[in-house]
Amino acid sequence: MTQVAMTLNGKKVSANVEDRTLLVHYIREAQGLTGTHVGCDTSQCGACVVHVNGRAVKSCTMLAVQAAGAEVMTVEGLANGPELHPVQAAFREHHGLQCGFCTPGMIMTAVDMIRRHNGVLDEDTIRHELEGNICRCTGYHNIVKAIKAAADQMVAMRTAAE
Amino acid sequence: MGVEGIGARALRKEDKRFITGKGKYTDDMVLPRMTYAAFVRTPHAHAKVTNIDASAALDMPGVEAVLTGHELVADGIGNLICGWMIHSKDGSPMNMGAWRALESETVRFAGQAVAVVIADTQAQARDAADQVVVDYEELPVVVSTTDALAGGAPQLHPEAPGNLIYDWDIGDEAATNAALSSAAHITRLEIDNNRLVPNPMEPRAALADYDAAEEHYTLYTTSQNPHVARLVLSAFYNVAPEHKLRVIAPDVGGGFGSKIFIYPEEIVALWASKRVGRPVKWVSDRTEAFLTDAHGRDHKTVAELATDANGKITGFRVQTVANLGAYMSLFSSSVPTYLYATLLSGQYDIPAIHANVKAVYTNTTPVDAYRGAGRPEATFVVERIMETAARELGLSPAEFRRRNFIRSFPHQTPVIMCYDAGDYDSSLDAALKAIDYDGFPVRKAEAASRGKLRGMGLSCYIEACGIAPSAAVGSLGAGVGLWESAEVRVNPVGTIEVLTGSHSHGQGHETTFAQLVSERFGVDTNAVAIVHGDTDKVQFGMGTYGSRSGAVGMSAIVKALDKVEAKAKKIAAHLMEASEADIQIEGGELKVAGTDKKLTFTEVALAAYTAHNLPEGMEPGLKEGAFYDPTNFTFPAGTYACEVEVDPDTGKTRIVKFVAADDFGKIINPMIVEGQVHGGLTQGIGQALLENAVYDEAGQLLAASYMDYAMPRADDVPSYELYTTETACPGNPLGMKGCGEAGAIGSPPAVINAITDAIQNNNLAMPATAERVWRASRGVMAQAAE
Repeated sequence: MTQVAMTLNGKKVSANVEDRTLLVHYIREAQGLTGTHVGCDTSQCGACVVHVNGRAVKSCTMLAVQAAGAEVMTVEGLANGPELHPVQAAFREHHGLQCGFCTPGMIMTAVDMIRRHNGVLDEDTIRHELEGNICRCTGYHNIVKAIKAAADQMVAMRTAAE
Repeated sequence: MGVEGIGARALRKEDKRFITGKGKYTDDMVLPRMTYAAFVRTPHAHAKVTNIDASAALDMPGVEAVLTGHELVADGIGNLICGWMIHSKDGSPMNMGAWRALESETVRFAGQAVAVVIADTQAQARDAADQVVVDYEELPVVVSTTDALAGGAPQLHPEAPGNLIYDWDIGDEAATNAALSSAAHITRLEIDNNRLVPNPMEPRAALADYDAAEEHYTLYTTSQNPHVARLVLSAFYNVAPEHKLRVIAPDVGGGFGSKIFIYPEEIVALWASKRVGRPVKWVSDRTEAFLTDAHGRDHKTVAELATDANGKITGFRVQTVANLGAYMSLFSSSVPTYLYATLLSGQYDIPAIHANVKAVYTNTTPVDAYRGAGRPEATFVVERIMETAARELGLSPAEFRRRNFIRSFPHQTPVIMCYDAGDYDSSLDAALKAIDYDGFPVRKAEAASRGKLRGMGLSCYIEACGIAPSAAVGSLGAGVGLWESAEVRVNPVGTIEVLTGSHSHGQGHETTFAQLVSERFGVDTNAVAIVHGDTDKVQFGMGTYGSRSGAVGMSAIVKALDKVEAKAKKIAAHLMEASEADIQIEGGELKVAGTDKKLTFTEVALAAYTAHNLPEGMEPGLKEGAFYDPTNFTFPAGTYACEVEVDPDTGKTRIVKFVAADDFGKIINPMIVEGQVHGGLTQGIGQALLENAVYDEAGQLLAASYMDYAMPRADDVPSYELYTTETACPGNPLGMKGCGEAGAIGSPPAVINAITDAIQNNNLAMPATAERVWRASRGVMAQAAE
């Protein structure tokens, strides 16, 4: 057992877990944040994507101890109080989710995708970038629309602020 | 949100919890003193279990128990059943082999559960499961549909000689044979419908909690139909009587059919929770899901279509062998029979049809309903042979279909179904226009100039939803009635709760159903709550599958709303001293026609509960329930058009454009309906291009993870162009037909028709992988080079 401490959604947390505990299980079980999901065993589906030090990571592929001392953000930490993150709002506005199971991972992937591309995204790029996230409900059509809309909106907000 | 009625693209009420990570799925539930279950599964596809040694596992840290089939049988837990009786053509009942939740004698598919370990943590349970030593004596294995019926094939069940479950017929054999004998032309096609794994993103899970003091069980589970689960667990598996068993299906992460069925793991979790006296949670990992979730499709078919000299169809003969896997899952028997062969008339006026279906056992995972369930298989047969026949007859595929469309309704097909309404020309016209069918030769020539092969494929599908009139399905062998129930509770403050037996696992019922109420009473959708998925809250319900929640589930709500409205009008008339017939509901108010007298809906609701001044003899309260039993199936139909471009150097297919023109009848929320179509299309395109549950000869599922099974990803599919046409369904009060499965039903033949058109080779199996397309296109390339 190892004491693992990190900053989770801006709060310092700590828990004593088995050395082999994966980050996703640390988040779900030791910290009780169940928005991050496990959809496969092989790091393929992306339902478990969180941000570690600002970058999207499949939390089923990382040991909790590897995230010791890191800043970790899950889908629960994305909204600013009652105000949804633009990507969350766009997923709702464009019906980018159905059963909701892949959605947290999709949203966390999308936020990182928009950051890395500085908000400049076309449909082909979005589809290519979603390689690591599987959705069985939406056929991706509305997820792609939602990410594009959020990216465009975030660029517009940035431009307006400049 | 305001009033958002029928036809409004209302944003979903349920979304906020999902986008903020606050959904509550079964695996998110935690109970005090909870244990975890891990199953010991056979690595062999067919073997005798000669010994199970749990001693090492029992010594492992945290282990509470190791349980096997011996204890299960001793405790009187019943065998799993198939709930739809099919009789063979000779009148004999289907041959159902025994299926135990834990098998301690003979295992019949790789992954079948032999024992279960219950431990304090999931990791401890899994570690200990690895230490349970099971001795097997391997038996010969049969995997393929064809091999199962061959003489000398390994036998799975003593109850089913020759591995034959049933040999079933539908239609008029003599008339069909006569039509084929006198045909001007016969088109013959051999068709394999590839085996698929449903793969909802949330793996199955169960959390069972036994209360010894009350002798009562609670089961949280990933179910599309919690009441059916409770019924089966009570009546057949002897877990507990219904009033001592509460089944809760909370947020469920997709189902696509695979979460209809009651599986061994839920039964074992319930039983084990009593055995160990603690709650037991089991969560499937993805490979377990591949090995144990009921698979879909897996048909082998020979079809022959007879046409006369004018290109009119005169007869259709179909012979299918359906692989049901190692055991008969809950509704497996109905899928290749009444959900398949009854749709073989397609959109066409065919005077004579005969189909023979043989269902067989093999050493593979059980097969049952997967999105479309029988109708995708039928549509693939019909629409592939229509396209093929058109090519053979030298007719345009669109024109050949048009020549044979049914245009008069109601239309009785030769295979039971009576189509109530439709306009197949309209959807075909819409699709052809959207894809610019006439301009295709120009685009094909342009692609050819770049060395690419373009193809165009159509699929004019029809399917049957709204399953179904209870008496009708009862006469065909169903063990249950397929009505739906609803209860509408108006609270004293005028907010409304709707309890429904339908279950939402992605379909957006919380929004669509609320729109229905919003429209009816003019109340804000935020004032309406949809309650579902809990047998303690909703009295009974048949659940969600077969695109039935609109046509059947919402019809039950309409019936209950009618009763609430009638009572509310009586109260309003009494309070305003008006005639009941003069009361109109408009904008959330009950008004006396032709006067300025009115009461708000809230005032009437409050009056119902204060009961200070009700009409003589009226009971207080405003709450009504209803059961709705459909009068017929509904028949969604449409045309899908697919244009592909094949790279002959690599065999890679790119879908250039995909157009869907669907007639779903009345649509409540177009946004949600479009989402259903997008998802269905992607699953159908997945079947056509990517997905295949491949077994090796030893019965090992080679595609048992996302590393090996090609799930459609975002860059495998295009954005879609959707259109709707509308003929109202006369069979239910809202005129709804259903939209959940059409995409998966109609799209595979459109894709394969397009690719075979591009490569000018009709011999192409699904999935049309790059390798297969490359090989199949060699002929046309060789010709082009000459």
